[in-house]
Amino acid sequence: MATSTDHGLVEGTESHGGTGHGKGPFPPFDPANFSPLIIWLALTFGLFYLLMSKVALPQVADILKTRRGKISKDIHEAHAKRAEAQDAAATLEKTLADARAKALTLAQETQAKLAAEAEAKRQGLEGTLNAQLAASEAKIAEMKAGAMANVDSIAKDAASAIVAHLTGKPADDKAVAAAVASTKS
Amino acid sequence: MDPIHQFQIAPIYPLHVLGIDASFTNAALFMVIVVLAASALMILGTFPKALVPGRIQSAAEMTYEFMANTVHLTGGHDGMKFFPFVFTLFLFVLFSNLIGLIPYTFTVTSQIFVTFSLAILVIGLVICYGLYRHGLHFLNLFVPSGVHPALLPFLVMIEVISFLSRPISLSVRLFANMLAGHITLKVMGGFVASLLGAGIYSVIAPLPLAMTVALTAFELLVALLQAYVFAILTCVYLNDAIHPGH
Repeated sequence: MATSTDHGLVEGTESHGGTGHGKGPFPPFDPANFSPLIIWLALTFGLFYLLMSKVALPQVADILKTRRGKISKDIHEAHAKRAEAQDAAATLEKTLADARAKALTLAQETQAKLAAEAEAKRQGLEGTLNAQLAASEAKIAEMKAGAMANVDSIAKDAASAIVAHLTGKPADDKAVAAAVASTKS
Repeated sequence: MDPIHQFQIAPIYPLHVLGIDASFTNAALFMVIVVLAASALMILGTFPKALVPGRIQSAAEMTYEFMANTVHLTGGHDGMKFFPFVFTLFLFVLFSNLIGLIPYTFTVTSQIFVTFSLAILVIGLVICYGLYRHGLHFLNLFVPSGVHPALLPFLVMIEVISFLSRPISLSVRLFANMLAGHITLKVMGGFVASLLGAGIYSVIAPLPLAMTVALTAFELLVALLQAYVFAILTCVYLNDAIHPGH
């Protein structure tokens, strides 16, 4: 579109087609344009190639590589973290199980100990009580025997006194004793 | 309203080096603009080196990865040594096409000399690298394997002709697409102006205007597509130099 800019638009409005065709060959095929086009194409394209191959493409490749590295590193780290978390969970489970087992044995031990202690105490107490019971029973028997002996002499005395009172003369001790003994049996 | 006028080359700064016309023309100006714009995208755009890219850096990275994938897909691992060249070519053609779509600009790729030079550069690179890497085995490229010996001379001739026509088809495809597209746009735009100045007929002026809008969108597609076609054909031809023989 833009030729020498001073009459670019003006010419566009005044010509009604055809006038442009008269002067010179079809511009893309005009050999006069060849050398300036090729020279400037070589310059610009060469510069562009250098810019792309030396600056732009390494830069973009670097960006992409960095990003890829960062992503894989992050994924790697996430995997490591997950493994760590799983380890921690396993450790926690194990600790819990250990603690539970320990608590159970402790409880059982304590229970057994307490039961044994209680049993021993009970047996001790029972022994003491049995001994006291036996002593008491012996004492009772002794007291009973003593009392019985006293009854004997009281009965003799009473029989003698009754005999003396009835007969007026002292009673024969032997006879009284025999009589008492006969009644007692 | 001359539709050819837009392809006119006019010197801005006349210059003659060793008797050769090396004038800085409007075409040269737009070559410089293309290089600056594309470099701005690729160098300034990626300057932040952000881990999470912004829009421009994203565009630059996508272009890079797109072309890297294309080159890798056609040329394999060995083809990647030509990646900077193919990338430069693609971006140069792409920006020339796109900038040329802006009204009042000049389309660098609408000049057959430019596209043909680029095509010759590609084919020259193919031949040089092919001979450098494979020596005379590179010529196996022209000998299809597993063919009846009687047919061989005929087929070799066809292969040679097809090889020689590559720079022509490569350059003319791009040049003709750009030229035809811009002429069509200009003609359609000219219709709008002519109809507006034609009294009662001005009521149908929106028709060519709508056509111009549609064509502009289409030209945008063509601009992208032709740049891609140029790049991928370059890859295919370079692949011949890397792995000759069928």
